[in-house]
Amino acid sequence: MAFLEIRNLEKTFGNVKVLKGIDLEIEEGGFLVLVGPSGCGKSTLLNSIAGLETTTGGTISIGGKVIDGLHPSQRDIAMVFQSYALYPNMTVGGNIAFGMEIRGVPKPERDKAIAQVAEMLQIGHLLDRKPSQLSGGQRQRVAIGRALVRDPQVFLFDEPLSNLDAKLRVDMRTEIKRLHQRMGTTIVYVTHDQIEAMTLATKIAVLKDGLLQQSGTPAEIYNNPANLFVADFMGSPAMNLIPVTITKNGSGVSISTNRDEMEPLALGIPNAPAGLAAHDGKEVIFGIRPEALTDRDGADRNAKNIAESECLIEVVEPAGSDTFAVTRLGKKQVTARLRADVNVVAGQKTKLAFNLDKAVFFDPANGQRIL
Amino acid sequence: MSTVAISERRKTGAGGSRTLNRIVIYGLLAFFALVYLMPLFVMLVTSFKTMDEIQSGNMLALPQSPTFEPWVKAWGETCVGLTCAGIKGYFWNSIKMVVPAVLISTLLGALNGYVLTKWRFRGDTLVFGLMLFACFIPFQSVLLPMATVLGSLGRFGMTLRNATGYSFGFGNPTVNLVFVHVVYGLGFTTLFFRNYYEAFPTELIKAAQIDGASFFQIFRRIMLPNSLPIFVVTVIYQFTNIWNDFLFASAYAGTGDAMPMTVALNNVVNTSTGVVEYNVNMAAAMIAALPTLLVYIIAGRYFVRGLMAGAVKG
Repeated sequence: MAFLEIRNLEKTFGNVKVLKGIDLEIEEGGFLVLVGPSGCGKSTLLNSIAGLETTTGGTISIGGKVIDGLHPSQRDIAMVFQSYALYPNMTVGGNIAFGMEIRGVPKPERDKAIAQVAEMLQIGHLLDRKPSQLSGGQRQRVAIGRALVRDPQVFLFDEPLSNLDAKLRVDMRTEIKRLHQRMGTTIVYVTHDQIEAMTLATKIAVLKDGLLQQSGTPAEIYNNPANLFVADFMGSPAMNLIPVTITKNGSGVSISTNRDEMEPLALGIPNAPAGLAAHDGKEVIFGIRPEALTDRDGADRNAKNIAESECLIEVVEPAGSDTFAVTRLGKKQVTARLRADVNVVAGQKTKLAFNLDKAVFFDPANGQRIL
Repeated sequence: MSTVAISERRKTGAGGSRTLNRIVIYGLLAFFALVYLMPLFVMLVTSFKTMDEIQSGNMLALPQSPTFEPWVKAWGETCVGLTCAGIKGYFWNSIKMVVPAVLISTLLGALNGYVLTKWRFRGDTLVFGLMLFACFIPFQSVLLPMATVLGSLGRFGMTLRNATGYSFGFGNPTVNLVFVHVVYGLGFTTLFFRNYYEAFPTELIKAAQIDGASFFQIFRRIMLPNSLPIFVVTVIYQFTNIWNDFLFASAYAGTGDAMPMTVALNNVVNTSTGVVEYNVNMAAAMIAALPTLLVYIIAGRYFVRGLMAGAVKG
């Protein structure tokens, strides 16, 4: 049985349904990341776990104990807020100890706990300062320290890194991951940044419009997206989604799409799964990640189905480690990820390799995955 | 490049009219400062003059032989109505009324603001609207109803006294005035604090809730310590209004020992025993104005800051 269990959770504000029956669970010591665009309900879900929002249906349990209706302080959780929410009138030490003070923990014990957390986060020299005297990264550490000192069953993080600048965000991300590995406490983490989700999570839950789109390990979400939304949302640059027509071709199929200023693109998949052949003559959405669309020599040598085709390169974007080349297929802009030193020129044709082992297909009508 | 050139030209071209603008602005400011300071100046110099000097000399002239006599007389000897023991007793009456009235109305306003912004309930905006209404009710229209209420409280006090031997303040004129000012001030103090707390980050309250703090612990430990600017604004506003109030003071404590300073001052000026002692009257008026002046000087720099904070977010 899972450690944190959310069953059929619903929440309405007036007439608006914000959460429409969420079912989600995470094992003890797991790192669950709730990700989705703004307004998808991820923060509401987190606040519901914290008890800061009352739910209108469903149950939440931690460690087998149903916590619905319990006051936030009795749920054995700790939360780190986006704005850090440090009490401006108290010192760093006072902030960290406030919860213990309220619970009536004696002063020597409090001081010991503060010192322990301060050492872990290297904020010992800041304990007597006020939050206004700290930098953003330091405030973030103190906010995490205030959560750590509670030693809760579940940590809740509400977009904790979104107020930091890009460099610091990457550093803190690593630090949070290291902290999780060391403590082994269950974490629920909200973000709209899919890279944060990929790097931190042991399990990702993608939400949209109050509905759970897909949940699974980062690799599952990335390689096997359940629908067009997940495919498009996760990954940067985003997955290429190209409308193609399926034609049955002996035991295999061929997929084709029109191109501007060039003959149509046609790729053959010799031993395609039967599911795809069933769509003979129909239009489907063909999804391929930029790293599966490469120059000929950069293609995965272990792949079974590699199709090659001349493509007109519109834009070349060298990124140092790789070079991204943009072409156009079926009126869609398509990004290929080439090796950094490959010789491509904008406006010229280059042979690109499509790794069709990694291809995914969606039904254009409802956006669901076909194969 | 071209924008730089344009702004350069503008600067040099506007040079002459800028100096003129400065002269007009500072001239007007100086003029109005003079107009406002003149009465204060006359009061101050008159209060340090002897009666002979006032009757013979120029109103604006500085005192020839400055004397503290009028101040001493105003404080301890001058006649208010029939008793001639100065205004000191009435001064303390006002202090005894103002301090509790200001503190209670400010604290209740803070509590109201806290509830109306951080513990929202159905119809909270309606409640706030109704409370705001209190700001627009003219004093005069509540005089009679309030008198009836105070009368009932007085009778209740009598009953208590008969039963227990102690009235618990019911019917005491000072307590009555505190009550009236608290009720009348609540609309304003609630407005101030609500607008201030509206911009107060709600995540702090959530964090404190997770830390296990109760409703009043959050109020006392988180809200109040972070409300200094608006606290100062409210205290100045309430202090000035209540100290300067004449209508309620004269209506509910206009006679007798609990009479506040404003009413006493009026009686000093109106008491006619031969010569009108302008210097004593002026000294008494200065004494009456001193506390509000002090409050402004001590807390004034917060006043503008706090008003702006409330105004922008309102």
